[in-house]
Amino acid sequence: MKRKFNIWEGNFIYTLLAIVIGFVVGAILLSVAGIDPSVAYGSLYEGIFGDKKYIVYSMVYAAPYILTGLSVAFSFKTGVFNIGAEGQFVVGSLAAVLVGLFVDLPPVIHPIVCMLAAAVAGAIWGGVVGLMKIKRGINEVLSYIMFNWIAYYLSNYIVISKSVKDESVEATRLVKDSARTLMSDKMVIATGCPTVNWGFVIATVCAIALWFIITKTTLGYQLRAVGLSKTASEYGGISSSKIFMSSMAISGMLAGLGGAVHTLGMTGRISQFAGQESFGFDGITVALIAGSNPIGCIFSGLFYGAMKYGGNKLTLVNAPKEVVNIIMGTIIFFIAIALLFKRIMVSVSEKKNSDVKSAKED
Amino acid sequence: MDVFVKDFGLILNAMLISTPPLLLAALGSVFSEKCGVVNIGIEGMMTIGAFIGAIGAYYTGNGWIGFLLGGIAGMVFGLLHAFACVTCGADQTIAGTAVNFIAPGLALFLCKALFTSSDTPALNTASKLPKMFSGVFKPGSFGYNVFGTYSVVYLSFLLVAVIWFVFYKTRFGMRLRAAGEHPEACETLGINVYRVRYACVLLSGFLAGLGGAFVTLATVSQFRPTVIVGQGFIAIAAVIFGKFTPQGAFLGCILFGLCNGLKTVLSASGSSVSPNLLSMIPYVVTILVLIFFVGSARVPAANGKPYIKSK
Repeated sequence: MKRKFNIWEGNFIYTLLAIVIGFVVGAILLSVAGIDPSVAYGSLYEGIFGDKKYIVYSMVYAAPYILTGLSVAFSFKTGVFNIGAEGQFVVGSLAAVLVGLFVDLPPVIHPIVCMLAAAVAGAIWGGVVGLMKIKRGINEVLSYIMFNWIAYYLSNYIVISKSVKDESVEATRLVKDSARTLMSDKMVIATGCPTVNWGFVIATVCAIALWFIITKTTLGYQLRAVGLSKTASEYGGISSSKIFMSSMAISGMLAGLGGAVHTLGMTGRISQFAGQESFGFDGITVALIAGSNPIGCIFSGLFYGAMKYGGNKLTLVNAPKEVVNIIMGTIIFFIAIALLFKRIMVSVSEKKNSDVKSAKED
Repeated sequence: MDVFVKDFGLILNAMLISTPPLLLAALGSVFSEKCGVVNIGIEGMMTIGAFIGAIGAYYTGNGWIGFLLGGIAGMVFGLLHAFACVTCGADQTIAGTAVNFIAPGLALFLCKALFTSSDTPALNTASKLPKMFSGVFKPGSFGYNVFGTYSVVYLSFLLVAVIWFVFYKTRFGMRLRAAGEHPEACETLGINVYRVRYACVLLSGFLAGLGGAFVTLATVSQFRPTVIVGQGFIAIAAVIFGKFTPQGAFLGCILFGLCNGLKTVLSASGSSVSPNLLSMIPYVVTILVLIFFVGSARVPAANGKPYIKSK
């Protein structure tokens, strides 16, 4: 018998529902704090869609989140939890900025070399953790957390070192113009956004490439097999340590690339950190909202980037921008417990179907 | 020799102050991980504990009440996590990530709503947690640095022994360890896995909240957005380092605290090495100790797997 398509079996409807609930919870909190939610959400909406410049800014904001989201989503496929995307993002930014500062190359080639350096740096940062897991059995979550902080202080050390630091601000000097991924002046005038750059395009291409690798290649098959059952895939002749290694290195590469896209595109430099910037941790959220689907990461990254960008404007109506974090957290929470609703809804709708069927048979 | 003793006292002092938040949170994390529920929400639970602890002490003028309220605030988020992970069978990493967003978000949101600032007003000494033996030791002496510190420091060390006892010598301890290894078998023996896991996750939230409250009520004396950043994750790391046992987590936290103390004293002594490099010491040492001495940790078998009661 051909099964009828049941909307309650997919994940999409629950994600949508979670987003609605997230905004409702945010609205309740805002009213409790004495802020009219319609005013706050109105300014959030205006801040994202009010001007084409804002929309472009949201896309600029989204690019690094899409890449760290892809990094985490990719690691989830192999059953690894890349909580180290944070550190990989930082070393990626560092590599990109250093190559952008000290190497002389023609435009177009220069940013490509910077991004390659960032990808390699991220891959090494993630790969070393993989190596420790395979050779010494060290739990990767633990080493990822340590490596995040080592990257953090390494970056601060380099940023304020004499040859790198800018004279007037607590940050590196700006990278050479040839290394930036900014779009042409024509685009800047057309969009009204001075930092409009290729980051979003690069992130989208990466998402599609990753989707292809995961679903259409032998490597992707092996990755998913190890993720589902390490022992079964070993039995089937897949070397799980090799797969873990490649998964963790590729995952690190993506986060590193995220760092390059952010620094070469939007900021042009790295500032001294006062606290973890959270691009990597936010990648976890992006990956979760996307259900670890690479194509989904484009959209959840856009959503996240837009909320981050628009959230900044909440201060204009005196609403704490942290409400965005609460909304995001609530969304993830309801995505997490959606399983419960799913079980209920699927069983209800199947019961209905079988009732209909048995009624027909009668 | 005197200088050496004095410096050693300073290192110990810095260690004693930086260890309790990690230790309390790590003990909480052990409860949760051991019963089969991964709790990366520890970070968020610490943050809300830090905030509620600070405003609790601010409004009541009593550090102990603030401390307790901080624990309860952490427990509320423990309840949220337990509801998702135990009742709903949710993915524990996702639920924990949600807690890490909601709890710090709420803390900052409330802080701005109450004080129109992201910092709470500074607490005076009377409404902070008390120190021990005031007036007994000469300020700056070894005894003053090591014993004249907050009483919660030593209480948290005592708690390690208590929790060790609970884990290995009581019925509840045996049940919680069993629930983390083989929940189906537990249920066959008539143990209510849901109830055990709820209790453990609530406890983990409570302890993490206490850990967070220690930061604002002892170390920093106010809530700021940066008071916790990352300490919850370090606590989780200490638990993995300690192979998911309370005593092991204790050693992990002590190692970390000692490195922290060393870093503090070195950077205060005007060492020519960059403070950023000194700050790496705890993390690099942890990695080296892991590679050369500790090796792999066996994760509780049912850890991270939602257990759904069969009808």
